[in-house]
Amino acid sequence: MRITALVIRILRQIVRDKRTMALLIFAPMLVLTMLHLVFNGDEYRPNIGLVDIPEAIETQLNLEDAIIKHYESANLAESDLTSRELDGYLLFENMAPSIVLEGSDPSVNGSVLRWVQNALKPLQQNLTNKEMEINYLFGSSDMGQFDYFGPVLLGFFVFFFVFLIAGVSFLRERTTGTLERLLTSPLRKWEIVAGYTIGFGVFTMIQATIIAWYAIYVLGMLMEGAFGYVLLITLLLSLSALTLGILLSSFANNELQMIQFIPLVVVPQIFFSGLFNLKTISEWLSWVGPLTPLYYAAEALRNVMVRGFGWDMIYKDLLVLLGFSLLFMILNIAALRRYRKI
Amino acid sequence: MNNENPVVFIQNVSKSYGKQQVLKNVNLEIIPGEIFGLLGPSGAGKTTIVKQLAGLETPTQGENYIFSEKMPRLDLMNRIGYMAQSDALYGELTAKENLDFFASLYGLKGKEKQQRMKDVMEIVSLTEHFDKLVFNYSGGMKRRLSLAISLLHKPGLLILDEPTVGIDPVLRKGIWAAFKDLKDNGTTIIVTTHVMDEAEKCDRLGMIRDGQLIAVGSPEELKQQTSAANIEDAFLAYGGA
Repeated sequence: MRITALVIRILRQIVRDKRTMALLIFAPMLVLTMLHLVFNGDEYRPNIGLVDIPEAIETQLNLEDAIIKHYESANLAESDLTSRELDGYLLFENMAPSIVLEGSDPSVNGSVLRWVQNALKPLQQNLTNKEMEINYLFGSSDMGQFDYFGPVLLGFFVFFFVFLIAGVSFLRERTTGTLERLLTSPLRKWEIVAGYTIGFGVFTMIQATIIAWYAIYVLGMLMEGAFGYVLLITLLLSLSALTLGILLSSFANNELQMIQFIPLVVVPQIFFSGLFNLKTISEWLSWVGPLTPLYYAAEALRNVMVRGFGWDMIYKDLLVLLGFSLLFMILNIAALRRYRKI
Repeated sequence: MNNENPVVFIQNVSKSYGKQQVLKNVNLEIIPGEIFGLLGPSGAGKTTIVKQLAGLETPTQGENYIFSEKMPRLDLMNRIGYMAQSDALYGELTAKENLDFFASLYGLKGKEKQQRMKDVMEIVSLTEHFDKLVFNYSGGMKRRLSLAISLLHKPGLLILDEPTVGIDPVLRKGIWAAFKDLKDNGTTIIVTTHVMDEAEKCDRLGMIRDGQLIAVGSPEELKQQTSAANIEDAFLAYGGA
């Protein structure tokens, strides 16, 4: 079978080119690790102020894992909070605890709140019917977390690297003249596109499995749903990256021109895929998101990984991704007409 | 010359890219079992003609017929062997893997495929470099491997665009001997060249200049008609110099 020959050849080439293979697998892992370290590094030790807390209570508090400073009054604590010497201060009014946070950095907010919960645990019996009051000096509790945009980044890096490698390898097929040679054989144009898609698809499946496994089980990215869905989404996303990369390579004359597509085609996707709040995006730009494959993949990945949803909530996004791939494949076949009419 | 249908029949073919006309009303018949040389300087239109015959390009005007069928036709591709000017090879793969890939494209299988791969490597004297990565091949070796690939499916018509560029004289002689063998087995061969002494080895020659076929005939005929001592002088005479 001619397509099989094409698939075997592509896989052989990938395996032979160790560096590219490493790039496809280890580069996303490396970048995700760095992001993980930047956003989810060692647990932060918050600077906490205790304002006029009765000694009887303070001895019961669990004050580990924080740097503690005592204040006479809330005013003094607040001025230290403004100058960012404190991350938050705790005070008791009528035996009810309340916390005031500096609030501009979501990761710091998280650690302060986690610390407070721990610190108050020993008092819980006495406080059962009293809700703790949380106040923010700046910002609010609605700010994003790594867990929230992790799925988008996972999708983005898979997309980015598959797009680049597939595009460049098809470009090379063109510039070295092997495409011309393929077209002087009885190979049909759709067989070339199908061969490329399957050949890279097989490799992409391995790549997606390793990267998703690494992000979830080694980096501990939040994972509420089923791993199988994550694989399915990343696979379909890679297919769209693959077919788009091959398509755009028809419009590039060398590797550098292929790289020029990155800021034009790949990077903008990350802005419109939900890494930043889509509701706050300028209205005259909001139509861009639904035109990009990453938009649907990010939504589906987030539904699975963050919200723990299943098939019902993601199948529409998957269909759209599949539609993108099919569209790009048809355009690819049309683009090959430039080289042979039949 | 004989009663068989021509293998290649080029009828009133013109080709333009935008305003630039690269072929002007070319008419040519190539008969079975001959080695036909297309001779002309670079940029004359040789490659455009052979690309049309290989099915990669279509004429703006006129028609190309191969084996009495109008090109381009997918089922004719199996009967044509084409070797482009650039060595279309996969450098990351070994010679064997390259051959295996292209052989499969032409539907060769199993023992027959293995045998053909061996045979063509013998023809181009590369047998001992069978398992080497093409990346490590010299320019001449790549050229020969490229030729070997175009021979894999035993094509009835072999189209070779500058086949002996960068090949040393000893091997070049060997390759021409291989062309003669193929010809004796009934293969029709079209060779483009700008090397005059190679042109002498062809059965017939077509001289091309500025997209026009200025003369067609055997090397002897062309020399006689212009009373030239060699092909180069004949070419100049036809070119109006």
